Order: sequence, then C-alpha cells, then structure tokens
Amino acid sequence: MSPSQVVRIAAAQGFWGDSLDAPRRQVDGGPVDYVMLDYLAEVTMSILQKQKERDPNMGYARDFVGAIESMLPAIAERGVRVIANAGGVNPGACAAAIRQVLAKHSKATTVRIGVVTGDDLLPRLDELFAAGHALAHMETGEPLSTVRDRVLSANAYLGSTPIVDALARGANIVITGRSTDTALTMAPLRHTYAWKADDWDRLAAGIIAGHIIECGAQCSGGNCLYDWRSIPNLADVGYPIVEGQADGTFVVTKHEGTGGVVSVHSISEQLLYEMGDPHSYITPDVIADFTTIQLEQEGPNRVRVHGIKGRPPTDSLKVSVAYRSGFKAVGTLVYAWPDALEKAQHADRILRERLDRLGLTFDRILTEFVGVSSTHGPLTPASGYEAPEVQLRVGVRSESKAAVERFTREIAPLVLNGPPSVTGFAGGRPKVEEIVAYWPALVDKAVVRPHVEIV
Amino acid sequence: MRVQLVDIAHARSGDKGDTANVGVIALRPEWYPLLVQQLTRERVQAHFQGVITGDVQRYELPNLNALNFLLHGALDGGGTLSLKTDAQGKVFSTALLRMTIDVQDADARRLDLPAAR
Repeated sequence: MSPSQVVRIAAAQGFWGDSLDAPRRQVDGGPVDYVMLDYLAEVTMSILQKQKERDPNMGYARDFVGAIESMLPAIAERGVRVIANAGGVNPGACAAAIRQVLAKHSKATTVRIGVVTGDDLLPRLDELFAAGHALAHMETGEPLSTVRDRVLSANAYLGSTPIVDALARGANIVITGRSTDTALTMAPLRHTYAWKADDWDRLAAGIIAGHIIECGAQCSGGNCLYDWRSIPNLADVGYPIVEGQADGTFVVTKHEGTGGVVSVHSISEQLLYEMGDPHSYITPDVIADFTTIQLEQEGPNRVRVHGIKGRPPTDSLKVSVAYRSGFKAVGTLVYAWPDALEKAQHADRILRERLDRLGLTFDRILTEFVGVSSTHGPLTPASGYEAPEVQLRVGVRSESKAAVERFTREIAPLVLNGPPSVTGFAGGRPKVEEIVAYWPALVDKAVVRPHVEIV
Repeated sequence: MRVQLVDIAHARSGDKGDTANVGVIALRPEWYPLLVQQLTRERVQAHFQGVITGDVQRYELPNLNALNFLLHGALDGGGTLSLKTDAQGKVFSTALLRMTIDVQDADARRLDLPAAR
C-alpha cells in the first residue's frame, strides 16, 4: 500500500452486549478494510472463565459467531479483515466455532484465522509467585497470594505486536484473548504502514485512534451530552470508522446516511472517558500523551486528529485478575404520592430493624431513593417539588450467602406489612449474585510470552 | 453574576476501580480559562463533600479546552463490589455540572456568559 493510501478501520462492538446489527451495518454501509470488535470489559474474563469451567468448549464471546456470520460475504468476497478480542479465556474454541461458520460459505474455506494466546496467567500463578512475582494490587499493594484460592481468572493485557504478526502471516480473522482494546485498532495501522516498534509518535496516534472508537457509537453521538437534542437519528446511529494515514494522522467518520454525529465535541467527550493522567496513557506498545491531541472538524461528520506525541512504554504489563468476593443482592419497591419519599424512608427503617432482629450482619447495606437522590446524592437541591413516586432501592453485600438470601425474603412482606401506597414488586424476589471482584496488578513484560497460531 | 457549569461546559465520566473520572469541556474556547481559574482541585473536592470519601486530582488539557478530575473513593468500592445505581460513575459528569461559580459582572459581559437559571 502506498504511503498516501488510506486504511479504513470500522468499530462494530464496544462491549459484549452491544448492538447485534452493528457488524453487518459496518461492512454493508460503505468501504471498510478492517472491522474491529471489542468484547472484553474488566470482569468479562471471569464470566467467561465460569462458563469454561462448566463446558470446556465455552469461555469466549458467543456473539462473535453471529457477527462473523453476518459479515461473511464481506470477509469471503471483498477481503474485509476482522480483529476481535472475542477469544476470552478460550481463543482456540472460539476459532473452532468460527471455522464451522466459515464452512457454510463456499468462498470462505480458504479464510485464515489467526489466534493470539499467551495472556492467560491462571495456570502459571504458582510458578509466578515462586519466582517472586507478587502480582500486588495496584491500589492496595496487597500480594495476590492473599486471595489465591478465590482467583477465577488472571490475564495479562497484550499489546498490538502479536496481532500485527498474525496479519503479516495472512490472517483474515484475528482472534485474541485479553488484548488491550486499543491494540485492535493499532494493529492494522502498524501492519499497513509498517510503523517501527519505536516510532513512538505514530504508535501513540494508533492508540488514540483505538481509544476513540473502542466504545463504538459512544464517539459518534451515543451518550453525547453536547447539544444532545440536536443529534439526529440515533435509532440508526453510525458506528465510527478511522481513516488512517501513514504519517499517523487520521480522520474519524461514519458511513454516509447513518444517524448520530461525529464532531469535535463528540470526540472530545470520548477522549476523556475513563481518563486518568492525560500525559501518560500507558499501553504495552507506547505511552500516549493526550495533551498533544489536535482535533479539527474538516467536514460534516469528519474530524481530523493529528499532532500526537508518544514515548517508550514501561517494562510491565497490566494484569487483570478476577476473584470471588462474597455475595450481593438489590431489592426495590415503589412508593406513590402522597408523601412518597417519607414512606420509602420509613420502609427502609423498618427493613433495617428487621434485618437487625434476625441477627444478620452485612459488610455493606446501601439505601438509595431513586427519583430523589440516587444519582447525585446530597448535590440534588431541595426543590420543593414533590415526587409523584419514589423507588426504594436497598442493596446488601456479605461473605455469607445465607445472609444475603435471607435479605431477599424481607422485601416482599413490606408490601402488606409496611407503609402504604406501595407497588412495583412484579419482578419477584431479588436475585442473589456472587460477586466477582477485580484485582488490577502489574507483571514484568519478560515473563509473558504471546503466541500466534494460524489455523 | 452566578453561572452554572451546565450552561458553559459539557462533560463525560467513567470509572477505574473505586475512582470516578470527570472530564469537563468548555462549550466555547474563550470560556476555558474561566474553568481553569474557577474549578480548582479544592473547589471540586468541596463540591463532592459527602459524595466521595477520597481526594481529588486535577489535570489540564488546554488542547481540548478540558479539565480532567479524578474523584477517589467515589463508587462504593467500585465495579462489581459497588451497590450503587451508578456503580460505574457514568453520571458524575452532570453532578459536577451542577456547580455554580461567581463571576465579576464585567467579566461575565465580556465573555457573554449565561446567567444561572
């Protein structure tokens, strides 16, 4: 590809559970070269690990199978390449499921699947502890060994290099486990323009391109506060597309005729999403400086991004560990006018008194009054407006499953034996949920060994 | 003149563990210096008193006419541990935009600032 040529990378999934139609709409709506799909949030790996324990052929994002099916003509006939972290804790099983789908299309039998592994540290935890890698909690400093018997999954965030390798080896579809979200966009840029592994500014641009589109439509009009009433046709919102160039500048846009908006405002909001220190956005490939980003509206729904600076990364990789951490449940009831809030408050006092009498203790009980103060708490001004209804929402957390279960039996009785004008119990008893908590850690890069296989 | 942030800025928030971040962006570039001057770390810490249990950090992004705030101890433990409706800090953005600031009348006229509703 000549340096002046543009590579088009379309985002088609911002999390596991995002729009099922987005992948097909991205390949049918106009020209694209790559489609990237981000399925993994922080705790997704642990959900997948639980599924794999029940069935060794599971443990990946099942939605990806349908996504490939919906994009099959584009992949097989037009050479669109797909990159996804859908492999979860079982990239091999994911690849096998995709292979079955490909078998349905006569031209897809030659499609090559690249599988990136090596991120899974769960089988290696004891070996790592023995070698002095404590995987200490990044906020508390506690060594991971303190919760060793409760660990469900442990995965290092891999950078873009193994994906670039898979693309170089001709993979049409690349499936990874825990890669950084940004690597899924960065890899096709690096592959297309052969950016060197120490070309810090261009690598940083690739990371920022990835950060902008990794949440799907959240950069193209979705969840956009700026002049939100003016954003057209969100029912048919266009998912974002990066048009990359060899020099590291890129344009963010979306397909013609789709809804939503790509503006300096929509991109600025997404750039700040989940932002820490903007000078140091640390990834395995590069540290990107968000204070160097320049945005320009170069046309309707076209934002040019340039000026980005980067610097060498650290010697560590981030590790995402999930561990069992007790149980929780949330119960709700709705109280109606008059005196809705006062009734809800009274019900809360009664409920807590009953829990006390039962001798139940919880690590945490949290009461919220939805419609009054659940989102902004004490920042909500006392307006004199009387709410027509208030939802009482009580959550509990405990190491004891029995205590949480008993709590779930104490909500419904309030309908008949508590304050009046109460409704909204159609959903039945609250569900007891096992808490899978998140343990962020760092590990030396040298001990993680990414592996690429073409199948 | 009293000015409410919601009329001069937009914002987005997200989470990292038990920390919420709020990015605040001036609606007009000429209003950004006012945000820098008024939205001090201390002011934002005071605004969120009783809502967060930890400290506030502030970063400047003049290239985006934006400030980024990290609000520690904001999410009742964060992630799956949290019992809050807003466990992932999605609406801390508009909680910050509730803040009102005092601006000299002459400055308010010069900058064409809207008065608080």
